Amino acid sequence: MSSFTPNRRSLLKGGVALGAGVAAPTIFTGQSWAASHAYTNAPQGGSVTLGFNVPQTGPYADEGADELLAQQLAVEHLNGMGDGGCLNTFSSKALKGNGILGKKVEFVTGDTQTKSDAARASAKSMIEKDGAIMINGGSSSGVAVAVQGLCQEAGVIFMAGLTHANDTTGKDRKANGFRHFFNAYMSAAALAPVLEAELGADRRAYHLTADYNWGWTQEESIVASTQAMGWETVNTVKTPLASTDFSSYITPVLNSGADVLVLNHYGGNMVNSLSNAIQFDLLNKQVNGKDFKIVVPLYSELMAAGAGENIKGVLGSMNYNWQLDNEGSKQFVKSFGEKYGKPPSNSAQTCYAQVLLYADACERAGTFNPCGVVAALEGFEFDGLGNGKTLYRADDHQCFKDVLVVRGAQNPTTAYDTLEIVNVTPAEQVTYAPNNPLFGGDEASLGTCNPGA
Amino acid sequence: MDAILLQILNGLDKGSAYALIALGLTLIFGTLGVVNFAHGALFMIGAFCAVTLQKVLTLSTISIDPEKKDFLGQPLKVETPYVHNWFGEATGSSIIEWSVPLAILFAIPVMMAVGYAMERGLIRHFYNRPHADQILVTFGLAIVLQEIVKYFFGANPIQTPAPDTVSGSIDIGLMFGFAENAIIYPIWRLVYFAFAFAIIGAVFAFLRFTTFGMVIRAGMSDRETVGLLGINIDKRFTFMFGIAAAVAGLAGVMYGPINPPNYHMGMDFLVLSFVVVVVGGMGSLPGAVLAGFLLGILESIASTAWATTMIPGINQIIIYLVAIIVLLTRPRGLMGRKGVMEE
Repeated sequence: MSSFTPNRRSLLKGGVALGAGVAAPTIFTGQSWAASHAYTNAPQGGSVTLGFNVPQTGPYADEGADELLAQQLAVEHLNGMGDGGCLNTFSSKALKGNGILGKKVEFVTGDTQTKSDAARASAKSMIEKDGAIMINGGSSSGVAVAVQGLCQEAGVIFMAGLTHANDTTGKDRKANGFRHFFNAYMSAAALAPVLEAELGADRRAYHLTADYNWGWTQEESIVASTQAMGWETVNTVKTPLASTDFSSYITPVLNSGADVLVLNHYGGNMVNSLSNAIQFDLLNKQVNGKDFKIVVPLYSELMAAGAGENIKGVLGSMNYNWQLDNEGSKQFVKSFGEKYGKPPSNSAQTCYAQVLLYADACERAGTFNPCGVVAALEGFEFDGLGNGKTLYRADDHQCFKDVLVVRGAQNPTTAYDTLEIVNVTPAEQVTYAPNNPLFGGDEASLGTCNPGA
Repeated sequence: MDAILLQILNGLDKGSAYALIALGLTLIFGTLGVVNFAHGALFMIGAFCAVTLQKVLTLSTISIDPEKKDFLGQPLKVETPYVHNWFGEATGSSIIEWSVPLAILFAIPVMMAVGYAMERGLIRHFYNRPHADQILVTFGLAIVLQEIVKYFFGANPIQTPAPDTVSGSIDIGLMFGFAENAIIYPIWRLVYFAFAFAIIGAVFAFLRFTTFGMVIRAGMSDRETVGLLGINIDKRFTFMFGIAAAVAGLAGVMYGPINPPNYHMGMDFLVLSFVVVVVGGMGSLPGAVLAGFLLGILESIASTAWATTMIPGINQIIIYLVAIIVLLTRPRGLMGRKGVMEE
């Protein structure tokens, strides 16, 4: 039999233990601790909340509005409403139209303003105040990288929207982040064979590049792939992101000896630089005995609409186009078109696919725990969401699928067929090694998944 | 040499827009003493006058073409503009094609009305308030105006092309004895420069050669004395606000074919235009015009490859660098008057 004799040391130990117990939040001592704090924002009750972080103000507000329409449609289909959309064509049959893991899907929205700090703030608010368990959307790589980092720290999944810079799944890749959209390397790899076939291997290219991360990676990728097929790069000129009039950058092209102008611009930059190039009659010029050509490596439907007739004959690439002829695409266009009266843009399609892919991963994993979702998405092969057969590569969380090479149509019949598909480049041709130097090389690492809490 | 001449032409073109906006800003500052940060928004509204007229002219009847299919496989709805039905396809198409020049006639009364409403409805309440208050309220107004435009027209740029006859480029080098294809320049940009020159000339002529203009100039020099002579100078200054709004609006209408209008275009020009006014000299109309063209040319030349190779980033800072040098050497700006904004 032992007897308890209080002394200074045992009193101190007891005091510390008691203090810690009193100081700990009551939720740690509750019965639901394991269920609610195994991971951040574990759904309570009968619903689960997703956070849609899209540009609702600023220059990409129209693109953000289109993303939001697609996200709302995805939620509708997940909850068993509407015509079911791509749940009918998706190769995985885990989704039943009864929410996710039996919980009704609800959503909150945030405004990225296409500014990294604003996007982080709105994502943070959705995670901390609204209990969002997954963040999806966005129209810029700067935003994607910033929000992806935040989601990694917070322990929620980030399903990127439109982000095209190599870095998102390159040097800035994160275990909790996934990109369905294609990237600058893929654009270059898809465009190069078409450019060679249509323009020849003996060309001199002049690059105008938006002076920020996406522009640099786009230029780097296109220069590498065109030089590999024999093109010469005459000059690469960086243009300030805030530029509105590109005449002073276009005029040096006229007498540079270049016979191809590559516009590594997006959004308003691209609309203005292409319009300016057309004003200077570049497409009617003959240089080095060849017709002068313009290439816009990354197209979007909204940019095409903004550029109007100026895009006629101009080659570029896209992640998706509603004219794609496969069952998943047809179903998505039908669902989206009947509900909203217009075909979906490629940013809308990527957001729709991402929401469904997240939901499906939860179902297959049997949990909302981010680490379970990560494991379910890594190496996942699927079809029926509009892009054909697709792989979510485990090494970098990048989707590998066919890439579209498109051209501004000469005689569009409606506002929606201003771009025509020239080539569907097979996924194998745009696939690269996970340690490709353009993607951070051997240094790049996903790290480990973070469940948060 | 050819490259420099091309950049000078680009600079004159940019300078035309800067000069027109800065001219209006200076008129408002010189007459009413108001620092109007909503002036860029007036430029944007002018551009959207052209967009609006284009949309009005392309209002269409809808018929079904069973032969063609839409994106859902349904019979295609074909839109035929009313002007085609009324005037025939050829004439109707020409009317639509000329929507930007026609928008000048539409924009003048609209912009004067907008200017009048802005001055009477809001800005006159801030005449006796500090410049900081004026800047805040007019900047707020600019944001409200651009959000209203975004609500109705969206955030995406909208093409307002020039008529075919003044689209494309001409070889102006040939006219001045240069080799063929040495100096090829877009026709519409030359039209814009000529238009800006005409508007600036008209404003100066109005102020110089009319009785109304003489009173305005007198009021700009000594408002109190003009008032003591029994002249209602406030009423005339309100009218000048309308004129300044119309000048900015016309600059916007004609700028549409150069860069497609979007709701944010006013903000893109606002800061640069203020720098132009400060460099030219607060309250000096010739100074605003001179500085507009000067800074436009310097900005273009600084964007050339040799300039950016020699001094990386010079294209982004040249205007502000010139502003610093001018203000250090001539604190009142190039043509500023003593006593303006110096109290």
